Amino acid sequence: MDWFSKNLPYLLAGVSVGGQYALIAIGYTMVYGILRLINFAHGDIFMVAGLIMVYLSASLPMYISIPLVLVLTVVLGFLVERVAYKPLRSAPRMSVMISAIGVSYLLQNLALYVTGGLAQQYPAIPWISDTVQVFGATTKRVTVITPFLTIILVIALVALIKYTKIGMAMRAASKDFETSQLMGIKINSVISMTFIIGSFLAAVGSLLFFSNYTGVTPTVGAMPGLKAFVAAVFGGIGSIPGAVIGAFIIGICENIIKGMGWTTFSDAFTFALLIVVLIAKPTGLFGEKSTDKV
Amino acid sequence: MTKKKETIINVSLIVALLVVLYVMEKTLPSTAMIFTVLKKGAIYALVAVSMNLLNGFTGLFSLGQAGFMLLGAYTYGILTIPVEQRVNVYQYFDGGIVQFTVPVAVALVAAGVVAAIFAYLIGLPVLRLKSDYLAIATLGFAEIIRAVFQWDKLGPLTNGSNLLRSYPTFKSVLFPFIVSGICIAIIVMLINSTYGRAFKAIRDDEIAAEAMGINLAHHKKMAFVISSFFAGISGALLAMYQTTIQASMFKSAMTYEILLIVVIGGIGSVTGSCISSFLFIILSEWLLRFLDSEMYIGDFKVPLLRAGFRKVVFSIIIMVIVLFFRKGIMGTKEFSVRGIYDYFKNRSGRKAAKGGNSND
Amino acid sequence: MKKKLMSVLMAAAMVAATAVPTFAADTVKIGVYEPASGDNGAGGKQETLGIQYANSLTPTVEIDGTEYNVELDIVDNESSNDKGPSAASQLVSDGVSIVLGSYGSGVSIAASDIFKDGGVPAMGVTCTNPQVTQGNTHYFRICFLDPFQGTVLANFANEKFEAKKAYVLTKLGDDYSAGLGHYFSKAFEELGGEVIAETFPEGNSDFASYITSAKNAEADVFFAPVSTEAAALIIEQAASQGMEIPMMAGDTWDSNVILNAAKGKDVQIYVTTFYQEGGNAEFDEGMKGYINSDSTAKANNGGDDTIAAVSAMGFDAYYVALEAIKAAGSADPAAVNEALWNVEYDGVCGKVVFDSENGDAQRDTAYVKTANTESGAWEFVGEQGIN
Repeated sequence: MDWFSKNLPYLLAGVSVGGQYALIAIGYTMVYGILRLINFAHGDIFMVAGLIMVYLSASLPMYISIPLVLVLTVVLGFLVERVAYKPLRSAPRMSVMISAIGVSYLLQNLALYVTGGLAQQYPAIPWISDTVQVFGATTKRVTVITPFLTIILVIALVALIKYTKIGMAMRAASKDFETSQLMGIKINSVISMTFIIGSFLAAVGSLLFFSNYTGVTPTVGAMPGLKAFVAAVFGGIGSIPGAVIGAFIIGICENIIKGMGWTTFSDAFTFALLIVVLIAKPTGLFGEKSTDKV
Repeated sequence: MTKKKETIINVSLIVALLVVLYVMEKTLPSTAMIFTVLKKGAIYALVAVSMNLLNGFTGLFSLGQAGFMLLGAYTYGILTIPVEQRVNVYQYFDGGIVQFTVPVAVALVAAGVVAAIFAYLIGLPVLRLKSDYLAIATLGFAEIIRAVFQWDKLGPLTNGSNLLRSYPTFKSVLFPFIVSGICIAIIVMLINSTYGRAFKAIRDDEIAAEAMGINLAHHKKMAFVISSFFAGISGALLAMYQTTIQASMFKSAMTYEILLIVVIGGIGSVTGSCISSFLFIILSEWLLRFLDSEMYIGDFKVPLLRAGFRKVVFSIIIMVIVLFFRKGIMGTKEFSVRGIYDYFKNRSGRKAAKGGNSND
Repeated sequence: MKKKLMSVLMAAAMVAATAVPTFAADTVKIGVYEPASGDNGAGGKQETLGIQYANSLTPTVEIDGTEYNVELDIVDNESSNDKGPSAASQLVSDGVSIVLGSYGSGVSIAASDIFKDGGVPAMGVTCTNPQVTQGNTHYFRICFLDPFQGTVLANFANEKFEAKKAYVLTKLGDDYSAGLGHYFSKAFEELGGEVIAETFPEGNSDFASYITSAKNAEADVFFAPVSTEAAALIIEQAASQGMEIPMMAGDTWDSNVILNAAKGKDVQIYVTTFYQEGGNAEFDEGMKGYINSDSTAKANNGGDDTIAAVSAMGFDAYYVALEAIKAAGSADPAAVNEALWNVEYDGVCGKVVFDSENGDAQRDTAYVKTANTESGAWEFVGEQGIN
């Protein structure tokens, strides 16, 4: 019991971080599934969602600023796609990826300019920022609700993709981009929808993440973004349940490694895992068979 | 214009450039900002060309450049810090375990060799991957290398996560120009050789290249190792330029910067990479710096100007280039005497090749 | 297309060229090499504020009977060892007489050779790592050093908490953090204590596991000499995990960022610092007035008028620099460098006298403060030296 209560906090932190990575990872995996694009700017959209919350909550009550954050982040994700990716639809994949890096650079520098380079304190959201006791471990309530919220959102998303028309269009587009266009699917609205869903989940993820780790800096999105991408690859890119499971595994492993005292390698481990997966099983845990990866 | 004449003109242009630099150094104060940016520009030109060799000429999308620069920089630093200075530099590790030094030239080559060896080892597994998967795997390796070099158990060798300093550096702006120049010349010769043609064949169509009898695995590995070799040397030069190095500098953001330089210059153009690296460094580190401070024109306070605005403007310029000038400054063409000669000779006949940018 | 691009770039270059300010002959330039962004942005801005306040009080200096205007040339080193050197080159190339800064030891070490080659003296305001000045004749410093600060903190931990076990958390690749952690550990072990040392990489915001490890190790003190950005996260997460171990840190934590993070939370925080608010009523009042008079200044100070010790140090540094320029009788950097060795100045943070070896100020006391988490203000604990 002593051992359990000593190590429970590592597991709790891991599950909670994993859930937050999962919400970001879905954005990566859906975009990659359809556009074959590593959206490097996704982590920065997550960061901007955090900043929007900081500035909105300074003047507006929580029940207005939270929905507004979700809406504005979705708008941002939509705009980024329209401005930076849509004009390059027929360009080589590398151009689009470079455009994504450019957007990431721009968002970070804009955030730097707006914040004046100072870390912004994320507001405490009532109820989810409260401290609670779990089996003798003290933590914030957000740590406990993150995995449940993540799973609920993922189930909703899977249902959306399975049973709605737009979901069907998404599946078609990710199976075969060109043919789906021939079948009369409005590819641009499908892609926009993908970015809207991805940004929405990233905004939810940012609410949870920053309630736990309350400093928002211009580069705060980079690492979670990269790790979420690794999670997406690990679970099999294009597969939503895969991304979620991958994210939980990475979140938990990362915290176990820190608990074992190998703190220098907590980030390096994630990348080592990525490389092993890419080499041993390039399609990830749940990925569909595909020939264009190796 | 004959080939011989062209060579003579090219050589004399290079000599003229060096003479101009030399004269500038003799006449301008040595602290002038122009020298700082020229030095850094020359170093970035080398690393950009080495990345271009991989991304532009061989079609291997690698994002590991910062990691190889780190290896080069550390190799150089570790091998050249004077023995009597080591107690100060490795202050937490009793002077470290390396207790000898080698001459600067040897250390520069060693920097390249170490980076190349690591590239060979990393290349064994990752070069089987394609396009963005290769990119993300090499990026991952760069991050792993960075973490390993910061590990305090390796402290006696790498000084842990602390600074390496006190190694020999260069004063003259000619040094980085000459070293980078020689390296870039070697890369250009390589590109123009049969190997270079094989690389381009792989970039254009792997299957066709293989059918023509090009050994894919061998040539890819070769391009990867050579590119890393020169990235290692540029890392060593960067170490000399900065006078101190630290593993935490070599983040993925550095690789992205180099990639942007390559893209702005034109993927597949050596001279494009060189020109854009000078433009990039001069604009971002010098000319745009005025945007960071408040400015008054008469009594009118120019709006928006404050710390950080320089970077916003700069990233907007980059986005504009990425979106609207997709071919970069040079496209896949090279800046050459012959090109200018031909341009003036038949001005009317010249039409810029345009890439397809239609969409649905 | 290409031509258009080139003309845009050329236009930008031309604007830049015309924007370079022309300087009058009767101006002395003092370079301010401080971070305004990155990890140490908050601290750098507060240090700069002190210098700016001093400049607003005394905007001129008399050299050989002539009044010269003092102009501050402020550059942002971005808290980054690779962007710092070009910012430093900018100062050297602008022809400053002396450079003040930087907050953060790593960037100071990184720029040291640039100043040396440019023949410009530099004066560290609050960079405490010994390597900044070691073996240099051009880098001076007005604050105490990490071997001193680390020992003070270890003594304090030993005396106040009878600590036997310390959890030391430092940031990878941060010379200040690694250095102070090292000297603290050394002194603490010499006192018979046990040290558990861990590091976190840059960009890390999840400190939950580190706090759990400290709790599991049953450490008596939690020592985290890190930037304010990481510190705010550590405090927040320590509070939410109910960590009762007292937290200790060096001069970086003496900031209103820490006070704001700790306010209303159940944590104990002790820091060593250079200056205690209330130490000099005149300075306090003037500085608060300066901060409140300007919204930008207030934002740079973190949104309130709590005086950071680094601001007081920046204030002193400016006057030490003026003393040196006066003593040199010229704005020539080499002469100023020569004159610095013999400068003595009685500032708001105590007397500044440089030793003749490295140019470090001789300081033998540090102030210890604790955060009052109810009122959100610092409380004076005592002065601590090395016995």
